[in-house]
Amino acid sequence: MAETLSSTLTFDLAAEGVRELNRMLHDPQLIAPTPQPARLTVLNPGGKHAIAVGIDGPWEVEIDGHVGYYCAGMNQHATVRIRGNCGVGVAENMMSGQVIVEGSASQAAGATARGGLLVICGDASARCGISLKGADIVVRGSVGHMSAFMAQKGALVVCGDAGDALGDSLYEARLYVRGKVAGLGADCIEKEMRAEHLVQVSGLLGAAGFEDLDPADFRRYGSARRLYNFHVDNAGSY
Amino acid sequence: MCGIAGLYTKTPEMRERLGTELAGMIEQLAIRGPDSAGVAVYRDPAPVGACKLSLHSAAPAPDWEGLAAELERAFGPGGAPRVRASHAVFTVATDAELAQAWLAEHHPELTLMSAGQAIEIFKEAGPPADFVERFEIAGLVGSHALSHTRMATESRVTTEHSHPFSTGLDLCLVHNGSLSNHNRLRRVLTREGVRFRTDCDSEVAAGYLTWRMREGASLEQALEHCLQDLDGFYTFAVGTREGFAVLRDPIACKPAVMAETDEWVAIASEYRAIAGLPGAADADTWEPEPGRVYSWGTALVA
Repeated sequence: MAETLSSTLTFDLAAEGVRELNRMLHDPQLIAPTPQPARLTVLNPGGKHAIAVGIDGPWEVEIDGHVGYYCAGMNQHATVRIRGNCGVGVAENMMSGQVIVEGSASQAAGATARGGLLVICGDASARCGISLKGADIVVRGSVGHMSAFMAQKGALVVCGDAGDALGDSLYEARLYVRGKVAGLGADCIEKEMRAEHLVQVSGLLGAAGFEDLDPADFRRYGSARRLYNFHVDNAGSY
Repeated sequence: MCGIAGLYTKTPEMRERLGTELAGMIEQLAIRGPDSAGVAVYRDPAPVGACKLSLHSAAPAPDWEGLAAELERAFGPGGAPRVRASHAVFTVATDAELAQAWLAEHHPELTLMSAGQAIEIFKEAGPPADFVERFEIAGLVGSHALSHTRMATESRVTTEHSHPFSTGLDLCLVHNGSLSNHNRLRRVLTREGVRFRTDCDSEVAAGYLTWRMREGASLEQALEHCLQDLDGFYTFAVGTREGFAVLRDPIACKPAVMAETDEWVAIASEYRAIAGLPGAADADTWEPEPGRVYSWGTALVA
């Protein structure tokens, strides 16, 4: 069982299972009725899957180490900080709140996320922000190939480089890249950085704690909108 | 889905712990491959002029001592067989080609799992936890090892379909993924003289590497050719006498994570298999890029 350590609870995954952890995080009794969020530190994650998924409350969770797949998936309202790397699908389908990865993330980080902010301090590998549906993702390092594939809404800010086929079959998500782009995917084009985009990048860099970077160094990419409404002239692109 | 775990040791202490650590890694990946398990371990090199063979017998009580006596009559003294569950490792006082030819002629009922100076391969259908216990994996001492847990998708669950597959002297392959063009490739390779024991797609990848290297490619070149010639999903780990190499398919369909400390280098399908290694929390940890060959030891020496 979790122990109280001053005002922060701790949960040791070397002693108890992920199910018990998640059950505790889902317990409405523990979600503070006061304006103060409930705090929890998770020890010894050991690369286990599905840590801190499905939280629906103002928790502040810190995970002390590397995690496996789908960490902090479906998050609502909580702030989950991972002091390590994470496996496939961190913060997938996040609805709101924040997920911060202090290390690097594997594939499909932030997949289908609808709201909230995902910050990755290292790199993210392939398909970061795949099918993004409204969340914002800020990656301090680089992202792998096919990032923002079919992304519909939200923003992906990449402070390093982007791999091949960035934004393939993109809908209305906004992509900002500071470094090199290995290649753009089908129907993804570079677009003008207007004042509103500088404001958006500045705000997201600030929210992520990367104020040292200049929003003017970023380039914007978006959908050419030739592909997602089927048009026979585009048949060769499908 | 399958699980891959490999460990390369850099210190004498880690050599002693190779089997213990590997057993822990297999345990973590058992859920990715509950059908079968296998290990290739590199240890105790045979003296110059001799070779090591790993053999599997389907018989309930194989006469390994009798076989050792026959091998001694044919080639001179080689030492007692080292029996491990349904397998036995023989040191034979001749080169590997001659020993294999002799075996094929005199004991076609035995399956050759590996041949070379240092490699030993053990594999069997059944739950990985049983395999680890029956084959006393935790007791293995050696320089490096690869292991595999299998969830069959393309072919049957038998010991012969299990991984690792031998791809030549002191070489082996483990595969997580599935290949789409293995039937056509098997026909092409069969015409080139490569022999296959099973209908397993991964064995075709092993045969492909064998063929490429027979045609003069280095291991690195052979792996790079895979990017053009193999259609499908794969994370490959290839064991060599000196170390191992890793390759993921160009779209990175299958997972892999690598980590390195001053004591060891590890590859695994999932980080949790690495998490239990000494010093893992502070290890250099990264995801290998798709379509790029990684290697440890002097694994890529032609």
